[in-house]
Amino acid sequence: MEKVENVSAVKIDASNVHYRQLNARLRELVAANTQKIEIRNVFGQRYIGTGLNVAVEIEIFGTPGNDMGVFMDAVRLIVHGNAQDGCGNTMNGGEIIIHGRAGDTVGLSARGGSIFVRDSVGYRAGIHMKEYGDQKPTLVIGGTAQDFLGEYMAGGVLVLLGINLEGDTHKARFIGTGMHGGVIYLRGEVEGHQLGKEVGTSELNENDQQTLTKLVTEFANHFGYNAEDLLRQKFTKLYPKYLRPYGQLYTY
Amino acid sequence: MKNIGKIHNPYNDDKVIDACSIFGMMDTSGKLFSGEGIIKAIANMHDRSNGLGGGFAIYGLYPEYADLYAFHIMYLNQSAHNQTECFLKTHFDVIQAEEIPTRPTESILNPPLMWRYFIEVGNHKPEDMSDDDYIVAKVMQINTILEDVFVFSSGKNMGVFKGVGYPEDIAAYFCLEQYRGYLWTAHGRFPTNTPGWWGGSHPFSILDWTVVHNGEISSYGINRRYLEQSGYQCTMQTDTEVVAYAVDLLVRRHGLPMELVAKILAPPFWDEIERQPERQRDLLKTIRQVYGSLLLNGPFTVIIAHHGEMIGLTDRIRLRPLAVGEKGDVLYLSSEESAIHLICSDLDRVWTPVGGELVIGKLGKSSRTGIKKVITGAIR
Amino acid sequence: MKTYVPPKFMIIRDPARCIQCQICVNQCSFDANYYDIEDSEVRNRDENCVGCHRCMTFCPTRAITITKNPLEYRENYNWRSEDIEDIWKQAESGGVLLTGMGNDKGYPIYWDHLLLNASQVTNPSIDPLREPMELVTYLGKKPDRVRIDRDSFDLETELAPQVKLNLPVMFSAMSYGAVSLNVHKSLAQAATEMGILWNTGEGGLHHSLYKYGNNTIVQVASGRFGVHAQYLNVARVVEIKIGQGAKPGIGGHLPAEKVTAEVALTRMIPRGTDALSPAPQHDIYSIEDLAQLVYALKEATNYTKPISVKIAAVHNSAAIASGMVRAGADIIVLDGLRGATGAAPKVIRDNVGIPIELALASVDTRLRQEGIRNQASLVISGGIRNSGDVIKAIALGADAVNIGTAALIALGCHVCQQCHTGKCAWGICTSNLSLTKRINPEIGARRLSNLLRGWSLEIKDMLGGLGINALESLRGNRLHLRGVGLTDTEAEILGVRMAGS
Repeated sequence: MEKVENVSAVKIDASNVHYRQLNARLRELVAANTQKIEIRNVFGQRYIGTGLNVAVEIEIFGTPGNDMGVFMDAVRLIVHGNAQDGCGNTMNGGEIIIHGRAGDTVGLSARGGSIFVRDSVGYRAGIHMKEYGDQKPTLVIGGTAQDFLGEYMAGGVLVLLGINLEGDTHKARFIGTGMHGGVIYLRGEVEGHQLGKEVGTSELNENDQQTLTKLVTEFANHFGYNAEDLLRQKFTKLYPKYLRPYGQLYTY
Repeated sequence: MKNIGKIHNPYNDDKVIDACSIFGMMDTSGKLFSGEGIIKAIANMHDRSNGLGGGFAIYGLYPEYADLYAFHIMYLNQSAHNQTECFLKTHFDVIQAEEIPTRPTESILNPPLMWRYFIEVGNHKPEDMSDDDYIVAKVMQINTILEDVFVFSSGKNMGVFKGVGYPEDIAAYFCLEQYRGYLWTAHGRFPTNTPGWWGGSHPFSILDWTVVHNGEISSYGINRRYLEQSGYQCTMQTDTEVVAYAVDLLVRRHGLPMELVAKILAPPFWDEIERQPERQRDLLKTIRQVYGSLLLNGPFTVIIAHHGEMIGLTDRIRLRPLAVGEKGDVLYLSSEESAIHLICSDLDRVWTPVGGELVIGKLGKSSRTGIKKVITGAIR
Repeated sequence: MKTYVPPKFMIIRDPARCIQCQICVNQCSFDANYYDIEDSEVRNRDENCVGCHRCMTFCPTRAITITKNPLEYRENYNWRSEDIEDIWKQAESGGVLLTGMGNDKGYPIYWDHLLLNASQVTNPSIDPLREPMELVTYLGKKPDRVRIDRDSFDLETELAPQVKLNLPVMFSAMSYGAVSLNVHKSLAQAATEMGILWNTGEGGLHHSLYKYGNNTIVQVASGRFGVHAQYLNVARVVEIKIGQGAKPGIGGHLPAEKVTAEVALTRMIPRGTDALSPAPQHDIYSIEDLAQLVYALKEATNYTKPISVKIAAVHNSAAIASGMVRAGADIIVLDGLRGATGAAPKVIRDNVGIPIELALASVDTRLRQEGIRNQASLVISGGIRNSGDVIKAIALGADAVNIGTAALIALGCHVCQQCHTGKCAWGICTSNLSLTKRINPEIGARRLSNLLRGWSLEIKDMLGGLGINALESLRGNRLHLRGVGLTDTEAEILGVRMAGS
């Protein structure tokens, strides 16, 4: 691989490039102070965005592989295509914007940063997201989700917009099961049996409305929607009924 | 292969454990296509396997011998070859015998002798036995009694090619780019408790059924005991084997449609069953009550194929991935979505089924109608 | 005759704490605590103390300690104190030694030689608190296959009656008379609340409990007490009792003292007479006779209820079980060596039958070899102590387990083995109204439900660790068990491999 010059914007063709080479190249570019990187022809390369930890913008064209942005900090990833499983896994900060859909466990254990997915997501989205100090992860999903959305969520904000439902209802089962922190704002209908037993539902209060408006506006800006249109429909707030859902579980 | 269990599972573990990449591709119009695409796709998931096993199944492979059973057989030595050919000539009419073409490939070490035979059952079987049952019995006999030989493919107009190596190397070794079929499945293997032997790679097959599998089936112990009651000998000691036998039992012997078989292997939860309208509830409850021992529990994705059908199924809480792509008449199933995009840049649709949801491509129907029938049909 | 049998226990009363309130006197049904009027002082009769801890538990100042009598005989490996004292008892009375509860001898407890597996890496454990974890079990005969119409998907197979259990644990048969009505009420309420079944035992069903019929197994035993059409039809399951683990091969006597007015009414026998349960069922002298009784009960209940057959685990259980399935039993209950009783000859309790683990393993294996395991559900009992025992039983091949002693312990039983005396100070195994009121059925039901809730959480935890989210995937899945300290033969019978292999 050739020596990297100090240029602010670089394009990479990832055709037939293994993830180790690709990510090594990204680390070189970042070390050389590159501000913006564009990667074309991405087909399944893993861990893109990991190990960089500086505010660089990476645009990905194609289908990035599993664990995109795992342990990520500060990076901004923009995906033109679909992301696979584990994107934003244990993310500490930064931003992931996916112009497409994402696979399973998007935002798994994320502690900070924000993830915007234009379309739907797979299983266990937002599982065990948690907040710490002033870090508060956010995950906004434009479409719908499969089962176990927000499973044992411990913090952060998860928004499910259901834009592609076209009058249908969300089908996810076990939403928020084990939830003991954070909040889910859900647009569209779900039935009681689809919710975990630790989940309460309510209307949004003024604070909720503010948070939601901010996130939906940001989402709309990323993907060319009208935020007001999106906000006009009714949202339901899902919240943890208990901070310690298992306080009564044990005997001594 | 005598002592097949010992060879396949040398440490005598409960079962052979392996994780993997899987890919399937079917033209539901029946048009034949080459292996170039699927080889590229499975190679793209190289990191999901560890070089200890790769394999392919191809349907529509031998149109010139479409009515004959095609046996693919591996021999560890020449004497096994001689002995087995005697056996074949005694029990079948062998119409054609030839060595399977291979090319020297750097990473493929110690390959066994590979032969294929096109055979007819003829007058050799007992009158009250079907050709298929006779073939199953003889394949089991060769695989468990004869020395140093293993039949790894036994269907008509289809064939399995597999061995120890990464799938792309296996494809190169068997010159698979030269074959054409309307349905291909592929597997890259990551075994944890076997040194890898050629017969132990996927696809697993009996007659024209093939299975490629990713994951571990925690219910293996009881699945196996249940199947043993119906006469299946799980000689390979692998969970993939029980999938193949379960499907054979339920589809071929019990006459159940694949849509229901999926509800046996990955049934809805009891409380979901209770929420169904009465007719579906009774059906789902009954099959779960009767076939509870065949529930495949634990993380799995399988692609099951036989002539005319390719089936994708995941466990009921989807602990293993499956991406589905559709383009015209072509249906793609893959462990990772990127592998589909790699070989088809303008898919009509790409999606992931929910846990336990069956995806079927059926010959003669566009993949989309095949899938839709299942999703909106009586069972779901 | 002067008895040579020394006291088993000593009651030690701390005079600094005792306030002479006499609660211990009132609580003790064995007259081990008494009030000496002359000296105005609470005193002991140690020889009467059975170690049931009732007085100690209720002493408001915790003044009482119960301790074993430290009396030592000369050390003798062959002649232990129990052997010596039993001989004295018989020499003084000429009788058969009678006892209660289950076998207390040191035969191997195979549950303690079996260990479970757990998932690591190749297979994720499942989080039972967040993800679905199914313990639902259906008891009843299953066909070999399901038939459906290929076009309409209409079901053509009609199943024999099935019984749903929310968890694979039921309450063992304990008859009214042996235990009190309040115990029956507690069991019935808890079973209903938890979605399982309780079992009347052979003493009939009190009319006040008919409303729990849907969660009730009614027993038809050799004495046929209280058996009539309404009794059979109110139940969810009808059980033919052939034998019992505590006393295989023999019948029983409910002494006249326990046959109170209500017991007499329920058993439909005269008050104040002994209720005799013959050793055999006199309409079953062979296996074809069992089929005759099974079908008599099916006719009487219009084929709406599974018929269960309970036997004691004995040497050739596997062959017997095979015959029972072929005779039409929908459920087979095996009661092992440690199964308990309200009263049994000690020599029988301690010397007859086989451990339930071995019986279970061999029966399950045999029924599978014969291809008929699906035709009957297999329930086992006899000494199940905790959820670990339950899950190991399931993995060995049981569909469900029964708990008797464990349920009574939940109600307060201290396993003092005095059931046969009818004096149970905890109000469980007695029909003395001043004692039976010590069980409050509401509280009793809550204690039982709590126990089952705890067990079901624990079972889910263990299943999750195995990477299994439906109990049917563990049932008979012996690969998830490993043995420790077993001989090759024991491991072979249990169908398990040794740990490390």
